[in-house]
Amino acid sequence: MALRALLTRKTLASAPRLGGAAAAASFRGLQTSSLPDLPYDYGALQPAISGEIMQLHHQKHHQAYVTNYNKALEQLHDAMGKGDAPAVVKLQSAIKFNGGGHVNHSIFWKNLAPIQEGGGEPPKGSLGWAIDDHFQSLDALVQKMNAEGAALQGSGWVWLGVDKELKKLVVETTSNQDPLVTKGPSLIPLIGIDVWEHAYYLQYKNVRPDYLKNIWKVINWKYASEVYEKECP
Amino acid sequence: MAATATATISPPCALIPYQGLRGALVSTRTFQSTKNQRQCGRAAAAPISAKFDLKPPPYPLDALEPHMSQGTMSYHWGKHHRGYVEKLNMQIVGTDLDGMSLEDIIILSYNKGDILPAFNNAAQIWNHDFFWESMVPNGGGKPSGDLLELIERDFGSFEKFSAKFRSAASTQFGSGWVWLAYKANRLNVGNASNPRPSDEDKKLVVVKSPNAVNPLVWDYLPLLTIDVWEHAYDLDFQSRRADYVSMFMEKLVSWETVSARLEMAKAQAVEREREEEKRKYEEDNKNSSNEAVEMYLDSDTEDSEVNDQM
Repeated sequence: MALRALLTRKTLASAPRLGGAAAAASFRGLQTSSLPDLPYDYGALQPAISGEIMQLHHQKHHQAYVTNYNKALEQLHDAMGKGDAPAVVKLQSAIKFNGGGHVNHSIFWKNLAPIQEGGGEPPKGSLGWAIDDHFQSLDALVQKMNAEGAALQGSGWVWLGVDKELKKLVVETTSNQDPLVTKGPSLIPLIGIDVWEHAYYLQYKNVRPDYLKNIWKVINWKYASEVYEKECP
Repeated sequence: MAATATATISPPCALIPYQGLRGALVSTRTFQSTKNQRQCGRAAAAPISAKFDLKPPPYPLDALEPHMSQGTMSYHWGKHHRGYVEKLNMQIVGTDLDGMSLEDIIILSYNKGDILPAFNNAAQIWNHDFFWESMVPNGGGKPSGDLLELIERDFGSFEKFSAKFRSAASTQFGSGWVWLAYKANRLNVGNASNPRPSDEDKKLVVVKSPNAVNPLVWDYLPLLTIDVWEHAYDLDFQSRRADYVSMFMEKLVSWETVSARLEMAKAQAVEREREEEKRKYEEDNKNSSNEAVEMYLDSDTEDSEVNDQM
């Protein structure tokens, strides 16, 4: 607990360089992003996900996406101000990649919860019924997501999403840091599982299927249900 | 022989869409056992399928310590690289790809970008072989001779090349590879050909590729590569890809190997030029005799008469 408190978002934001940049940016009307706090300790998801991975994943990988996203946004702001169309276009891939990384990981931290706080508890209510309707059982859904996650070549994510137009549940994968919406404009993410190697390698090495099997023990179905009930009341 | 077996799969060919291939994999096992029975009937012949082997790196797994740990090598080579070999062998058995060279499988299954299932495994086997051979214990430093001259010609200086290589490695989003390659008279588009090749079109380039893709599919000649999939550096460097790339450049690159590859690439490029010239010459001649045929067709002569004249 103490260790995490030492490294809250506030501490990071007050580091002079970051604080200065954020202040300058907001003065110019540019809203930058910041690394969200985890609602639990780094070690709270053990043994499913090691504390070492959680800390690196949050403090290094996610932080890098935030930093680089903010940098790209500032450059975009400049380029737009100057009407520099080639520069605007050139920045798109950095924004998509780093912004996508920030968006995806922000969802991911909410998708996880310690067992004491309900992690792993199967979904009840309307999401539970929708899963049974659409996939026959929670188990079948898990098998499907694990199979797709394991088969994904390279880096990416496996998602459970809801199509808010069709009111249907979907399982999708995206590559690199592409958010779920790149697979369909009306898709809303409920659960995203990071299958980049950095998400599991230090603990599970090359055995991605073991990581996928174990992560369900700490999946926060309460959050997924809340999102689902909002989209499909 | 193939008639009944192939009725269950559309031609015994690997060029089937993914879903089809899943079904076909079941069928090809049937196909293969039929083949087995027939082969057992005959006298002992060639092996039923050609399998790829997992080639070891040209040094022991701990030889790159402390820069690239034995732990990393044992997983990277022993699990990942081995996995690609085992999976490819399973995928190609009984298909058209069986018996082909690795490079041919790569080009065929790349399928001009519409990637087929065997590609990832085949290309990753090749990429990793190439990667181990790109490194040497106590490597690093600077290249010399022809290679250094060409680097200085095409990048300005070795430092500029090095910066470009590192930058490419940092901006390869997701998994992939960064390459130094010899680009010989290849245009940047599919099957266009360079109508006026000159010596300046043969140059060194730094390119990056996603996931399993490598410059063979663009018809470049690779000289050096670094693996920037996270499994290559997660154990030793965690998120610090830039530090990993620096370590690779400073301590591990085998410039001797790169130089040798450059010599081969230059010879191959010259050979290709000769072949293309020859081909163009033959095509030109064929075209002039075609013109003669058309003249006859215009004057309403029967085809058989034309053939007799030819």
